[in-house]
Amino acid sequence: MKPSLSRRGFLKSGGALVISFSLAHDAFGQAKPAPLPGSLNNNRMLDSWLRIDADGTVTVFTGKIELGQGIGTALAQIAADELDVDLKRIRIVYGDTALTPNEGQTAGSQSVEQSGTAVRFACAEARDILVNAAAAKLGVAAIAVTVKDGTCVTADGKSAAYWDLVGDAKLKREARASVKPKPASEHKWVGRSILRRDIPKKMTGGAAYVQDVRLPGMVFGRVVRPPSPGAQLAAFDEAAVKRMPGVIAVVRDGNFLGVAARREEQAINARLALKRSAKWTETESLPPSGDGLYEHLMTKAKSIDSVVDEKTSATAPPAAKTLNATYTRPFQVHGSIGPSCAVAQWREGKLTVWTHSQGVYPLRGDLAKVFATDPANVHCIHAEGAGCYGHNGADDVALDAALVARATGGRPVKLQWMRDDEFQWEPYGSAMVVKLSGGLDAQGKVISWTHEVWSHPHNNRPGAAGGVNLLASWHLAKPSKAPFPVDPPQPAGGADRNSIPLYDFPNQKVVKHFLPEMPLRTSALRTLGAYANVFALESFIDELALAAGADPVEFRLRHLKDPRARAVIEAAAQRAGWQPNAKGDGARGRGFAFAKYKNLACYVAVVADVEVDRASGKVRVTRAVSAVDAGQIVNPDGVVNQIEGGIIQSASWTLMESVGYDRTRVSTRSWADYPIIHFEDVPQVEVVLLDHPEDRFHGVGEGSQGPAAAAIANAIANATGKRLRALPFAPERVKQALA
Amino acid sequence: MADYSLRLNGATRKVSSVAPDTPLLYVLRNDLELNGPKFGCGLAQCGACTVLIDGKSVRSCSVPVSAAAEGAITTLEGLGTIEKLHPLQRAFIEEQACQCGYCSNGMIMAAKALLDGNPRPSEVEIKQALNGHLCRCASHNRIVRAVQRAAKEMA
Repeated sequence: MKPSLSRRGFLKSGGALVISFSLAHDAFGQAKPAPLPGSLNNNRMLDSWLRIDADGTVTVFTGKIELGQGIGTALAQIAADELDVDLKRIRIVYGDTALTPNEGQTAGSQSVEQSGTAVRFACAEARDILVNAAAAKLGVAAIAVTVKDGTCVTADGKSAAYWDLVGDAKLKREARASVKPKPASEHKWVGRSILRRDIPKKMTGGAAYVQDVRLPGMVFGRVVRPPSPGAQLAAFDEAAVKRMPGVIAVVRDGNFLGVAARREEQAINARLALKRSAKWTETESLPPSGDGLYEHLMTKAKSIDSVVDEKTSATAPPAAKTLNATYTRPFQVHGSIGPSCAVAQWREGKLTVWTHSQGVYPLRGDLAKVFATDPANVHCIHAEGAGCYGHNGADDVALDAALVARATGGRPVKLQWMRDDEFQWEPYGSAMVVKLSGGLDAQGKVISWTHEVWSHPHNNRPGAAGGVNLLASWHLAKPSKAPFPVDPPQPAGGADRNSIPLYDFPNQKVVKHFLPEMPLRTSALRTLGAYANVFALESFIDELALAAGADPVEFRLRHLKDPRARAVIEAAAQRAGWQPNAKGDGARGRGFAFAKYKNLACYVAVVADVEVDRASGKVRVTRAVSAVDAGQIVNPDGVVNQIEGGIIQSASWTLMESVGYDRTRVSTRSWADYPIIHFEDVPQVEVVLLDHPEDRFHGVGEGSQGPAAAAIANAIANATGKRLRALPFAPERVKQALA
Repeated sequence: MADYSLRLNGATRKVSSVAPDTPLLYVLRNDLELNGPKFGCGLAQCGACTVLIDGKSVRSCSVPVSAAAEGAITTLEGLGTIEKLHPLQRAFIEEQACQCGYCSNGMIMAAKALLDGNPRPSEVEIKQALNGHLCRCASHNRIVRAVQRAAKEMA
């Protein structure tokens, strides 16, 4: 992969319609501007979103990044439709602190919603400006112009193409969002399963990832992490490692230890030698493991308690029957197949980093804090990494590379974590406890509901105020402070995401116990708290349905008014051939679950079929059927791909995954310690899409994981009559439950 | 340190001053600037670094260059190019058989070894052949469909 052009070089390249780039809205002395749709609101200049070049191409600038979710393809589809140009003309520039808008993090399944909405309105407005410029040039009214693949044509055959209008059309102005985007009926590209543009190079060995960035004079770096959280470096044999073949620099700063070498395997060998020679003072800083963890979270961990939601009814009768249940989820990893990687280079006090961070601007800010420099001296450029399911080591490794690159005399350093670095030090998805209580009236309706959730933070990304969220910064001789964790507030929520039932219950109370201290570091893993909350909530709904003698699907519908929620539930049940009140046969069973992600994004219902081997305790999901309402769909196959992947990944989390540790160290180091789902255990997945072209975009990347987990739990209960409430449903645990 | 002549993708490529125990992966990626084989675990657990040596699927993170030099090496780049795709590459694109694509190299190379020995594998045989390859984005079903599609095209 060749390095990107510099901003100046980029802007110089070719006769561009946009000759200078306006990143910031200049609002000096002005009243607060009117809100604009999507990310346009914070990046208000039209030319920060698109550029039209004399060579017949359109460049769309997004602050989001490609992480295999197909955002580049979806944005190109949206832009091509609004501009009336062929898809092939669209080029996408992803997160780059010198080139693109600042759209914060690529997270929360919000890329199409935020960036797509901005691109849609910006392109609609740009088309209007271009058509007016063409009309003026051709001496006709704008209404007399039609656009075919970027060429404005009049009835009598006169024409002017966008690319001929350089200098005539002014995109360097604030967006007004006054031009209405096209109705779905006029879309040529949106709504079609266009093949993703990032895939061909990935299948042929093209330079596709940050791991493929190669710069002149580049050397290779590795880090040596402490053996446990809080460990202090007492001694190591620097001289011996410096004598090893190829070693250029050994970097020690407090408890940070890194190495650079000419060749990658030399850096790996030097890392191993450093590791062996280093003496650390360790402390027992970790919580109990196993069941003791959950007791600890509920009773010992420091907690900030809040009532998230409460409603009471004066008229509801007292409960005829009350159920209580507690559900747990362990620490789990992102586990990207490729360990985190970055390339960093220092030149004259300025730092350039190629990174697969989900947010190039927030990363830039945190790097600038660590190096006590102006953010303008740090340039972060997106390059894709291996699968990203939230806040993994991408940001941390960028700092590691930058720290090691300070010692290489201006030579760029490519630094990739080893597998054990990733397993031991990536931020985990938090362990959680969810305690539920529900009351049924005599007619089998839920009349009271309480949901209590205990959780560490789910959002400790760079960019937070009051500190630095980069691992190595806390290990330096002059350490940075970690910002005090903040849980994303409702309505999206963090620890409490999806804790408020979508069902209509007359009395309900939701309480959050936010545990800000993290002996094991946690942050955003796909869905944040929604995976555990939906697992618990939708398991408990089935427990209440059973107690009410009701069919689980009918029981859900009994409590739901939202017509779109009902529609996905009915669609999933129908496609799966749901038989009301069907009982499992001891080994095989079927379960249902549903959620509206964040209570404000996509609706997903899942039916799971399982087979339980009672002798070994092994559970296999044989088939999953899902119905999805994601609002307006840009790329149907992209949505299906996200849902399929979400369900299968969730099956892996739910059946197999938990981080191992003792009171001092994390013991999970390799895939042997942390098995994930293999081909032979992967279920068939069928997805039904309910399209709502009249609606806005809803993200789907995180919609299916919670429902999939609960559907599996409900299927096991249906099969065996045993309710499992502690994740994961690993063979030993299942065997014990069935004994 | 030693020099090697590698038989790689039908050509001979020389690499110089490499320690004999250097894993083949780093020689391919860094000396020869290939992107196909990926570093995933360095422990032969995940399959991202898979290449073929004399037609057999091997984990290049765990094969010393000195041993690899004795065989004929095929990497993803040796199968086809964007302009002239191998049926497996075409099938992976048509089936959109990835999200991030980091594991795809290993999947395609293992499938190549499978199809070379068994041109019409059953679904079960495909899953068996790929079972030691990890995919975290969970594109497994699409990958199986892609291998089936390629097998049909190649038949």
